[in-house]
Amino acid sequence: MIYRENGQFKTSYRADQQIFPILQDRWVIAAFILASFILVPMLASDYMFRAILIPFVIMSLAALGVNILVGYCGQISLGSGAFMAVGAYGAYNIIMRIDGMPLVPAILLGGLCATVFGMIFGLPSLRVKGLYLAVATLAAQFFADWMFLRIKWFTLNTPSGSVAISNLQVFGFPIESAHAKYVFCLAFLVVMALLAKNLVRSAIGREWMAIRDMDVAAAVIGIRPMYAKLTAFAVSSFIVGVSGALWAFVYLGAWEPAAFSVDMSFRLLFMVIIGGMGSIVGSFYGAAFITVLPIFLSQALPAVGAAFGVTISTAGITHAEFMIFGALIVWFLIVEPHGLAKLWSIGKQKLRLWPFPH
Amino acid sequence: MKLLKVVVAAALAASIGSVWAQAKEQFIPVLSYRTGAYAPNGTPWANGFVDYLKLVNARGGLNGVKLSFEECETGYDTARSVECYERLKGKNGGASFVQPLSTGATFAITEKAPGDKIPLLSIGYGRSESADGTVFKWNFPIAGTYWVAADAIMQAIAKKEGGWDKLRGKKVTLVYHDSPYGKEPIPLLQERAGMHGFQLSLLPVAPPGVEQKATWLQIRQNRPDYVLLWGWGVMNSTALKEAVATGFPRDKMYGVWWSGAEPDVKDVGDGAKGYNAVTMQHGAEPQSKVVKEILEKVHGKGQGTGPKDEVGQVLYMRGAMSAMLGVEGIRSAQERYGKGKVMTGEQVRWGMENLNLTQAKLDALGFGGVMRPISTSCVDHMGAAWARIHTWDGGKWQFTSDWLQADEQVIKPLIRTTAAKYAQEKKLTARTPADCQS
Repeated sequence: MIYRENGQFKTSYRADQQIFPILQDRWVIAAFILASFILVPMLASDYMFRAILIPFVIMSLAALGVNILVGYCGQISLGSGAFMAVGAYGAYNIIMRIDGMPLVPAILLGGLCATVFGMIFGLPSLRVKGLYLAVATLAAQFFADWMFLRIKWFTLNTPSGSVAISNLQVFGFPIESAHAKYVFCLAFLVVMALLAKNLVRSAIGREWMAIRDMDVAAAVIGIRPMYAKLTAFAVSSFIVGVSGALWAFVYLGAWEPAAFSVDMSFRLLFMVIIGGMGSIVGSFYGAAFITVLPIFLSQALPAVGAAFGVTISTAGITHAEFMIFGALIVWFLIVEPHGLAKLWSIGKQKLRLWPFPH
Repeated sequence: MKLLKVVVAAALAASIGSVWAQAKEQFIPVLSYRTGAYAPNGTPWANGFVDYLKLVNARGGLNGVKLSFEECETGYDTARSVECYERLKGKNGGASFVQPLSTGATFAITEKAPGDKIPLLSIGYGRSESADGTVFKWNFPIAGTYWVAADAIMQAIAKKEGGWDKLRGKKVTLVYHDSPYGKEPIPLLQERAGMHGFQLSLLPVAPPGVEQKATWLQIRQNRPDYVLLWGWGVMNSTALKEAVATGFPRDKMYGVWWSGAEPDVKDVGDGAKGYNAVTMQHGAEPQSKVVKEILEKVHGKGQGTGPKDEVGQVLYMRGAMSAMLGVEGIRSAQERYGKGKVMTGEQVRWGMENLNLTQAKLDALGFGGVMRPISTSCVDHMGAAWARIHTWDGGKWQFTSDWLQADEQVIKPLIRTTAAKYAQEKKLTARTPADCQS
């Protein structure tokens, strides 16, 4: 009843091609964005912001970037951690070496560094695909690890190889409080998610999907594989690079190459697979599943234990967390191999017919 | 007018009374790792830390204030440590101080602690230049840094060789964990190498450090006179096994204190005999008074953390000593801001900065013989730069050197220039004398 589209007639192509053709969707999304900008900052605690919301927002952005490459263009990449690292160190070098460099352009330029890096390491995708490409992009990961550990120029010759940044500000407005940091990251996420959504709906997005579905057929109908694959690498690594800069600048404050290790690449790939390949909203679900769930479990388990009069040691909680988390991943992928986004769209389909399914 | 005064006085008294009645517990977050690649070393540290806090409570608290604490598992992961820090910093009236137990996390929290006004303790680890209190207002690497450790090792080697001038032309190799932690000693070693003309070569090992074949192949080729080991967890025992396989004499190997505890050498057994490690003041101290007290008042009551036979081992003692220094910081804050009150992070910071642990106080705490007196100041957040060398005899660690003091003339300028560089990057101004009193 609530979710019904009869009576909503489209009289122009423009109206028919909106991102959300159904009125209810538009309202819900608008309300959701408004709430995350206004309501959440009023309700969330400092801990919620700093430990859960900010990492979640930044990781959503990273997952979005990976989803463009892996989900839409079908180029499996294990180098996402490296693209994040290039974004972070690029933005760091730009802001430290250029006097008076403002923050937002520095972060975007960091993203551009990642774009160049991503395109170079995307070149093998013209020859190899699938698992072979995944292994080829691993090289990007190892190369970045090596580069930021060994080439002192990137870390401004700090003796320990760990770099730090502080006094972030935009137009004289300090990005110090948890609230400001959250809104800052959220603004990046909303703008980039909107751009990404429109990009995948446009001609270039259809080219990516054609390449993903069958590259030979795509080439036959006149899509240039080189152009499509490299643009996917470029757009994806730009978004991932920006998220890397945010992760380093806003969340960590001080970081070392280990913060963007191969572990990070795997986590990002899992986010895309669990959230839903080829779905913008799936990136958010995946990021929530991978970043928020372990934290939630680590806090919920002691409470559950206490309810039954059992005290679990911190090591026990961590082990239990790994087991439950692993089991949940397996369960979700069996129930819905197309990810959480597919579950969501099934739910929407059912709601359209509710309460009289045929 | 009089009535007003009475009312104000009564209201004041009531408000103070209610504050008095509520919070009587001083909260201490415990960031530890009992899982992951470094768990064998992280667990005894955490046991010692928690047991000492329990002992303080068994002794009746700090002038009547009991300590409360909560553990959070970091797995030696920086992002996870930040999450733990954010989770615990505001709990139960706010954290008194935080000890991240990882160099990576120390770097990340260094950027956050000044805003949250929580002192950051890194007892014997962390960033070495943070000993300069005029730049690093909230960092306290009390009782030594990696530069102190490296300097003490070089002094011990010089003594063995018969003087600094004998080091000329010798080859020293640093085998290190490839992370900020492992790289920390490099500036000091380079300084020393320049001063005394020994050749320093650097061999990084990728974490966690199980793969060292290539590293030791290089050592076999170069035949260095000494090998310094800056490892952690499984990397240490691997290095010792490789040394056995390569035939490198173990008595020419010197580890940092993270590489000089029981879990590092036990697996290697006799092969590790003769291996040396620097200790930041204490070593294995099963005979000390504080250990006996913990066994009696904590383990004796069935409240001990971890196995009883580990009490008094090297890493356990490190945990206990780290807890003790933090607790004494709170005590010294109470001496200024009021005994029997719960201290805020800012007050504890003052206490840490004005720590004066005399021999008499150490004896009373049961740490007599375990460590030397320490006093900190506004400028000097380290307090003391003493270390000893201990050697594994196949069954236990035994001290084989006198007390060694890191050379201030080498360390001070290094601290000053590195801290100044940090201040310049961060656009910080050094603290004024007036700020020192606050």
